[in-house]
Amino acid sequence: MERDKNFILGIFDDEDILKNAVREIRAAGIKIHEVFSPYPVHGLEEELGYRRSRLPIAAFLFGLLGTTLALTMQFYMMKFDWPMIIGGKDHAAFPDFIPVSFELTVLVAAFGMVTVFMVSSNLKPWGQPRIFDLRSTDDKHVMAIDIANNAAVDLEIIKGALKNSGATEVNSKSFE
Amino acid sequence: MQVTSPVRDPLITGGKTYKDVTNDIARHVEGKPTKGWLLGLAVSLTVLLLGSLALVATLWEGIGMWGLNKTVGWAWDITNFVWWVGIGHAGTLISAVLLLFRQKWRTSINRAAEAMTIFAVICAAVFPLIHMGRPWIGAIWALPLPNTFGSLWVNFNSPLLWDVFAISTYFSVSLVFWYIGLIPDFATIRDRATGIRNTIYGALSFGWDGGAKTWMRYESVSLILAGLATPLVLSVHTIVSFDFATSVIPGWHTTIFPPYFVAGAIFSGFAMVLTLMIVTRKVFKLEDYITMGHIELMNIVIIITGSIVGIAYITEFFIAWYSGVAAEQYAFVNRMFGPYWWAYWSMMTCNVISPQLFWFKKIRTSIVATFILSLIVNIGMWFERFVIIVTSLHRDYLPSSWVMFYPTITDVGVYMFTFGFFFTAFLLFAKFFPVINMAEIKSVLKSSSEKIIK
Repeated sequence: MERDKNFILGIFDDEDILKNAVREIRAAGIKIHEVFSPYPVHGLEEELGYRRSRLPIAAFLFGLLGTTLALTMQFYMMKFDWPMIIGGKDHAAFPDFIPVSFELTVLVAAFGMVTVFMVSSNLKPWGQPRIFDLRSTDDKHVMAIDIANNAAVDLEIIKGALKNSGATEVNSKSFE
Repeated sequence: MQVTSPVRDPLITGGKTYKDVTNDIARHVEGKPTKGWLLGLAVSLTVLLLGSLALVATLWEGIGMWGLNKTVGWAWDITNFVWWVGIGHAGTLISAVLLLFRQKWRTSINRAAEAMTIFAVICAAVFPLIHMGRPWIGAIWALPLPNTFGSLWVNFNSPLLWDVFAISTYFSVSLVFWYIGLIPDFATIRDRATGIRNTIYGALSFGWDGGAKTWMRYESVSLILAGLATPLVLSVHTIVSFDFATSVIPGWHTTIFPPYFVAGAIFSGFAMVLTLMIVTRKVFKLEDYITMGHIELMNIVIIITGSIVGIAYITEFFIAWYSGVAAEQYAFVNRMFGPYWWAYWSMMTCNVISPQLFWFKKIRTSIVATFILSLIVNIGMWFERFVIIVTSLHRDYLPSSWVMFYPTITDVGVYMFTFGFFFTAFLLFAKFFPVINMAEIKSVLKSSSEKIIK
């Protein structure tokens, strides 16, 4: 994928000003590339118009897979493959299979969901993120606006909109 | 917008800004190790090395090196195992249960508590592993793999096998939960660093960029992991208690064990968190982040769980009497007045009486008293496991086989090994990882700090 190179950055100090700014800038018809924050800002994803994450659904499906695998494994091993009488109980001692089924449900759900999260957010040890402003992991919120994506809007209007909505600094950033 | 009652005390004192939070916490990762830290590491490594002698002796000679005999077949090994697993309960409880209950004060302590959990579970796992004699074979036998002679499987009716699944799931899920929380903080350190540190923390941060979409997914993952980890925490000590409760030994065969063990685990886990955090906040000067308010809240959790444990002890006695089973009644009378009376009364004093002192606000808000009581609680919890295990076994059905249990130097050494490991690991964590979750502190700063920014 060809990535765009030239951005305008708005630097914000406060999360509430940031949220209002996102609303105003989107209302002005400017497309926001992404907002980078040092911590999760609640409600920001709604202002940016992101769809709710479907990770919980993934977790549920992985959990279901874990339960199924665990029960199938235990019934197969204990009832069909090598039945043994243990403690005078039925070969298929269903209540005894619950603890392991529970643990494997949690295990598969957790690892499955985290794997999906890592892949979908492109998190990997050799990952090289594009850092727009080093302060975005420290104390500033950084709003990045892609110039190519907003070709219809004049640059000065974007910069003015950022300033008016409360950005403490407006910078531009180009990547190689 | 978050609305917080103005009546509540601030969670973070000292009027910190976002920048201050980063500086205060990242400073310890970036600076040179202090003398105190080096000294602590030297002591823990010495304990670890001395303890490894006992570990090697156990692996070389076998578990005959321990003080076990034909009547008392389980003693220090499983006592230490249950004790460490119990300590390992606070971390995930703080990060998962308190997250679900929206307790914001957890943000200051969750990172260190989770690290403690992970190290404590590793210490616990040492005991079941080495008691197998040849762990490199035994560890394979514990997994559902066919054996060399055909497909004879592990026994899924056995609580010992449930334990294998419970402990390994708990360990790995806690590790993932902890690491996901560390990623944004590693990115913060990466962006402050240059050279080799930038490369290392860059790899550790998995290329985190802090975009709103990633944060949204991160929040979603944290919430679901918390939801999964909450029943998991409760299940782990429940299953550990099944190791005893499903047997037919008088003193072990009781249905009260699961809730009683879980309460005891939270009790000892919080005590260990307090022990470590009181030292950490002092050494790293984090008094503004881990305030008296945090310590008091943890002490309140200790009163509650300590009282649950106390009621459980009394209930056990009542039920033993009420059951009318002579063997059961004898087991309990023997605990109280038999040859191990001192262990029983140490347990009662440390676990039931001493935490009640926290009803006094003066004691609850005193650093020294909290530190001493947190140590006492963990001594008491060790005795609780010793009492349950050894005194229930040492006088079995034939009076001719009644014996006492005496630990050997190897028993002591293996226990020392786990202490050495625990403190070495915690010290390394405290130096190289951010001890407080910076991102989460920043997210509660605006609503809970003393000085509201703007």
